[in-house]
Amino acid sequence: MEIIMSILAGVLFTTGVYNLLQKQLLRIVIGTALISHGAHLFILTMSKLKRGAPPILDYDIKDYADPLPQALILTSIVISFGVTSLLLVLAYRASKENGTDNMEKLRGNEND
Amino acid sequence: MISNLAVLPIVIPLIAGILATLFHKKLSVVRIFSQIITVLNTVMVAYILWYIHQNGTVILESGDWMAPFGIVLVGDMLSMSLVLTTNIVALASVFFAPHSLNQKQEEFYFYTFYFLLVSGVSGAFITGDLFNLFVFFEVLLMASYAMIILGGGKVQLRESIKYVLINLFSSMLFVTTVAFIYSVVGTVNMAQIAQRVGEEEQTGILTTIGILLFFVFGTKAALFPLYYWLPKPYIVPNPVVSALFGALLTKVGIYSIVRVFSLIFVYETDITHQLFIWIAGFTLIFGAIGALSTNNIKLVVAYNIIPAVGFMLVGIGVYNSTGMSGTVYYLIHDMIIKAALFFIVGAITYLAGTSDLRKMQGLIHHYPLLGWLLFISAFVLAGIPPFSGFIGKLLLLQGAVEADEIMIAIIGLAVSLLILLSMMRIFIRGFWGEKDEKVVANKAAAKKFVMPIAFLLIFSIVLGVGAEWFIPGIESIGNDLMNPAIYIESVLKE
Repeated sequence: MEIIMSILAGVLFTTGVYNLLQKQLLRIVIGTALISHGAHLFILTMSKLKRGAPPILDYDIKDYADPLPQALILTSIVISFGVTSLLLVLAYRASKENGTDNMEKLRGNEND
Repeated sequence: MISNLAVLPIVIPLIAGILATLFHKKLSVVRIFSQIITVLNTVMVAYILWYIHQNGTVILESGDWMAPFGIVLVGDMLSMSLVLTTNIVALASVFFAPHSLNQKQEEFYFYTFYFLLVSGVSGAFITGDLFNLFVFFEVLLMASYAMIILGGGKVQLRESIKYVLINLFSSMLFVTTVAFIYSVVGTVNMAQIAQRVGEEEQTGILTTIGILLFFVFGTKAALFPLYYWLPKPYIVPNPVVSALFGALLTKVGIYSIVRVFSLIFVYETDITHQLFIWIAGFTLIFGAIGALSTNNIKLVVAYNIIPAVGFMLVGIGVYNSTGMSGTVYYLIHDMIIKAALFFIVGAITYLAGTSDLRKMQGLIHHYPLLGWLLFISAFVLAGIPPFSGFIGKLLLLQGAVEADEIMIAIIGLAVSLLILLSMMRIFIRGFWGEKDEKVVANKAAAKKFVMPIAFLLIFSIVLGVGAEWFIPGIESIGNDLMNPAIYIESVLKE
C-alpha cells in the first residue's frame, strides 16, 4: 500500500512540476496545488498506513496508529489552502493589471 | 529552565496585530499604538536576553507536553539575540513607516501585517521543532505576501507572483523533507532528531535529507544558484517593506541553516560543509557582480543582500567556533545595516524622484546629512574599521584561515572591495557633482527620514566600536553551536 501511495505522490509531483513550468498563470497555480497534494500524501505515507488502531500510546497498548502525521497534514493543508486562494486572487489581479497572463511577457526590465 | 518568557516575543506582536485591525482607519491611533507596543516589546526582549544570560536557556513546553512529544520553544542566547535585533529593526521601521507610506497603504492593514511579520520571524528564531519552523516560515511569508502587494501597483503584482511561487514551492519541499526526516528518525523535535542522528550515525539517506533541507533554506536565504528570484521583488514594494524584507527574511533562512547544520547534520562535514564553502564562494562573487551591474540604486542594495548571505555561509562552512561566532556576529550586523541601507535608498528615491543613478547628481548640496549617512553605511557594509562589518569579517576570515580555506578568505576580501565600490558608486554619482539648481530641496521630508536611519547606524557603530563588550557573548554562542550536546541537554533533560 505504501508503495502505491508513494508512486501516486510521485505522479502528483511530476504533473505539478510540469504545470509549474508552463507559461500560463492558471496552469502554474494548478501546478502548485498538485505539488502540495503530493506533499500531503507523502507525509501520510511516511508513517506507515494502518487501519483500526486507536491513536493512543500507553504502556499496555501494543497496537496504535501514529497521530502525528495527521496533525502535520492538517496544518499543512490549511496553509496550502490559504496560499492557493491568495495566489488565485493574485494571479487574477496581476493578469488584469498587466493585460496578460503569459509569464514570458511578465518579465519586466531594470528600471521599473 | 521552563518559563513562559520564551513565548512572549511571538504572542505580543500577534495580539497587537489583531488589535491593530480594529482601528486600521484611524491612522493617528494605530501609529501611536504600534509604536508603543514595539518599544515595549523591544524592552521586554532585551530583558529576556538578560534573563537568559543570567539563568541559562529558557524553554517552554507548550500545553505542558514533555519535550520530545509536544512543541517546544527554545530561547537560547543565539535565538534571543536575533529576536532582539529583529525588534530593533522593527522599531526603526515603525517610526519610518508614517513618512514613507501613503495614506492608502497605511490604512490597508500595514501595521497588522507588520506585527504578523515580526511575530513570524521571532517564532522562527525561537521554535525548537522542525515542523513548527515550517509553520512560522508560513506565518512570516503570508505577512510578506500581503506587504509586497500593499498599494497594488502593476509592477508589484507582477513581481509578487514570482515571489509567492518560489516561496510556495520551497515550502512544499520543506514539508516533504520534514516527512522524510520523520520517517527516518521518527521525530520532528530538533533536539531529539539531533540525538537520534548522533546515536545511529549519519547514514547516506540522512546526508541526502540534509542537502535537501539545505536546498529549501538556501532558496529562502538566496544562495548561489537559487538567488535569482530575490532582487526584483525586494525593490518593488515601499521602502519600509523592502527594509523589513531585506533585514529579516533571508536572515531567517540563514539562521535555519546555522541551527540545522550545527545541531543535526554534523557528522559528514566533508560532504555538507565543504559544499557550503563552494556555494558561499559563488554567492559572494555573483552577488557582488550583480550589485555592480545596475544603475538602479534600489537594485544595488537588493543585490548586496546576496554577498552578505555568502559571508555568513562561509562561517558555517568552515565549521569551527571562530567561524560560527563570525556568522552570528555578521547576522546581527547585517540585519541592522541592510534595514538602514534600504531606508537610505528609499529616502533618496523619494527625494530625488528617481532610482536611476544616471538621472541624479549633486544631492549632497541639498541633503548633506543623508549623504554622510550613506557614506558611513557604505563603510559599515564593506567592513572598514572601526564599524561592525569589520569585526564580523575579521572573525569569518580568521575562521576560514584556521580551517585552511585560504581561497575563500581571498574571495571574501576581494568581494568586500567590490561591495565598497558598488556603494561608493551611489555616493559619487548621486551625491557628488554640480548642484542641480532646478531641484527644490525637500528639507522637511529629509529630516523625518534621517531619524530612523541614524538610530540604526548608531547600533552599527556601537556594535563595531564596542566590540569588546559583545565579543565574549558572541564567542560563547559560537562555542555552544559547536557543541550540539548543550542544546540537546537543555531541551530534553529538564
